[in-house]
Amino acid sequence: METLEIKTAQNTQTVAAVTQNISGSEILLKGLIEEGVETIFGYPGGAIMPIYDALYDYTDKLKHILVRHEQGATHAAQGYARSSGKVGVVFATSGPGATNLITGIADAQIDSTPMVCITGQVFAHLLGTDAFQETDVINITTPITKWNYQVTDASEIAEVLAKAFYIARTGRPGPVVIDITKNAQIQKVDFEGYIKCEHIRSYRPKPIIRTNYIEQAAELINSAKKPFILFGQGILLGNAEAEFKAFVEKTGIPAAWTIMGVGAIPTNHPLNVGMLGMHGNNGPNVLTNECDVLIAIGMRFDDRVTGRLDKYAKQAKVIHLDIDPAEIDKNVKATVPVWGDCKETLPLLTQLVDEKKHSDWLAQFRALNQIEIDELITPELHPQSGEITMGEVIHQLNLLTNGDAIIVTDVGQHQMVACRYAKFNHTRSNITSGGLGTMGFALPAAIGAKFGAQDKTVVAVIGDGGFQMTIQELGTIMQSGIDVKIIILNNQFLGMVRQWQELFNDRRYSFVDITSPDFVAVAKGYYIESQKVSEREKLVDALTAMLNHKGSYLLEVMVTKENNVFPMVPQGCSVSEIRLK
Amino acid sequence: METIAKQEFTITVYTENQVGLLNRIAIIFSRRKLNIDSLNTSPSEVDSIHRFNIVITETEDVIRKVARQLEKQVEVLKVYYNTNEDIIWQELALYKVPTDVIAEKVSVERLLRQYGARAVVIRSDYTVFETTGHREETDALVEVLREYGLIEFVRSARIAIIKASDGFHTKINEFENQQPGEQVFENEYLNNGQKVFTM
Repeated sequence: METLEIKTAQNTQTVAAVTQNISGSEILLKGLIEEGVETIFGYPGGAIMPIYDALYDYTDKLKHILVRHEQGATHAAQGYARSSGKVGVVFATSGPGATNLITGIADAQIDSTPMVCITGQVFAHLLGTDAFQETDVINITTPITKWNYQVTDASEIAEVLAKAFYIARTGRPGPVVIDITKNAQIQKVDFEGYIKCEHIRSYRPKPIIRTNYIEQAAELINSAKKPFILFGQGILLGNAEAEFKAFVEKTGIPAAWTIMGVGAIPTNHPLNVGMLGMHGNNGPNVLTNECDVLIAIGMRFDDRVTGRLDKYAKQAKVIHLDIDPAEIDKNVKATVPVWGDCKETLPLLTQLVDEKKHSDWLAQFRALNQIEIDELITPELHPQSGEITMGEVIHQLNLLTNGDAIIVTDVGQHQMVACRYAKFNHTRSNITSGGLGTMGFALPAAIGAKFGAQDKTVVAVIGDGGFQMTIQELGTIMQSGIDVKIIILNNQFLGMVRQWQELFNDRRYSFVDITSPDFVAVAKGYYIESQKVSEREKLVDALTAMLNHKGSYLLEVMVTKENNVFPMVPQGCSVSEIRLK
Repeated sequence: METIAKQEFTITVYTENQVGLLNRIAIIFSRRKLNIDSLNTSPSEVDSIHRFNIVITETEDVIRKVARQLEKQVEVLKVYYNTNEDIIWQELALYKVPTDVIAEKVSVERLLRQYGARAVVIRSDYTVFETTGHREETDALVEVLREYGLIEFVRSARIAIIKASDGFHTKINEFENQQPGEQVFENEYLNNGQKVFTM
């Protein structure tokens, strides 16, 4: 007995030099700092109080932004991740705090946004007892997370956090939830330092590159007469913009983007032929069904991009580059699957492809897009009379920001208009809820985007409907003093649903007529500068005033009530059946 | 060449052993409203790696997509799927029958012998028999024993082993021996010939 005690005492002595006896909460914060986290978006509550108590001593290293609703924290973390390329971090309490995160987590999952959410949980001994503010966060979030884990002992925290960051940012990124019971936050354990995770036995972030597929892909590209590139967010997520540009420029192949991929090359690049999908451009949609080789890079053939699948590019051989093997053949069968990180696969492919120009083929895109410009875009962007159109607001904004601003959009008509007409010179400049289509995304996401890219002008373009879904985040702007420009495009309707009701439901406008508060007065209530404009002559001045203002600014623009977003590939139709009106 | 028709597939999933993983696996099926015919989990021959056997009746196209989505999960090492031709499988069944009936009726004893059943427990009130076999075999004995006052019947999930001599073992070890961050050099196109389908 005696010897054992001595032994223990000796061990303690030798280890004491490097270990600290600290709480789980403190280990968590030290870990976050080691992971390079600077900004946390969160909201305190009972079950996460020990972490917030520890945070009180770490405010010099960790900036905590208090949101007004936990959903806002997730979207802000997404905006932060999307503008900075870093992992967004969220704190929330158990029960309702955690369930309020669900929409943002689901959004991050479908749009592959790296995010780590830390939720408090009731004491481990209360799990399963319907304790106050207990919900089964792990099981609720399982289908919408890349990984999740419940920590019930402080000794697990460092390792689990390291794993969470590794999983969130590597491979195809995604959201991770760590649920930490209150006892584990309080419990003190010996902490020997934080070790970053670099390997998980069962997890391979990148599939190995198969050179024979690269060769097959190059052969197809070199023999193609009408090749066509579709690019998505995978290029941004892989930081492969330069590699992509080199590939496009060497091959001379026309390239079109998904709304998640816009900005991978500048919108005014000579080989950029426009936007894909339901409200995309005429050329890329029509010619999808005429190309002979389709090269899809870091995109997943979403149904909003493909339209009717059994009439989608059936004539073409498909080369699909993706880091996620589950995306290959999921929607569109690949002739040649090029698995891997496009930052690595694209240069290999560029080496093997011939330098070419596809001038005649490119001219076909331009000709079809010219029809759209003449019939549709010019009247939308340069209306001579009548009310202001959404398109002209975006057009005027382009002229003032020169394509250098980050544009954050919500969901609906204004989103499609902004994605169609906004000019982007830089990557990571279009931040929108693509896969999930989350109304209420833009305002909190814009706050996060600004924290992630402080030297950029961040403009949130939001509809009158979506703005009212997370309007409370004006409070976050007020308190944090962040500089976000907000444009509300107010058409006094839930415009996209109204458009569908007009086109497909015989104008039976079922619950799309939405009234709004006096947005200028609301902004004023939050001490945010603001003005409302409804006349064309005043639009440019108002936009200029907004951009020149130091600090946040809300500009409400009254736009045409019943304007439709065209072109449109109606649901169930082939992309080549795109309607210009 | 893949067939469009639905058929029975046995999916083998190698995983780390972690709380909540069963749910993560199960929801990949329930999300597509696929019914799991049978599910078994057990340790595998590889240290601390578990093995799920999941039986499902679907088209190969759907099975392949599901397999890829399963393999995408962080704690899943590898996923393979096979048709019944590629595998050897068994299910275990237990039957509880009144002992007096067994003792009295010679025909019952003959039946049990015929179906290869073995007595596990014999008590004065009941006897428990076990058989192993394919579902049709264990089901057939249920039908027969019903006439003799079958009290209770339970059947286990399917457990399956691949017919090809090296099985999955070599592949799993290949996967394990890779340097961190690398994926084993293999996919379904390569493996068609070996009766082991994988990505």
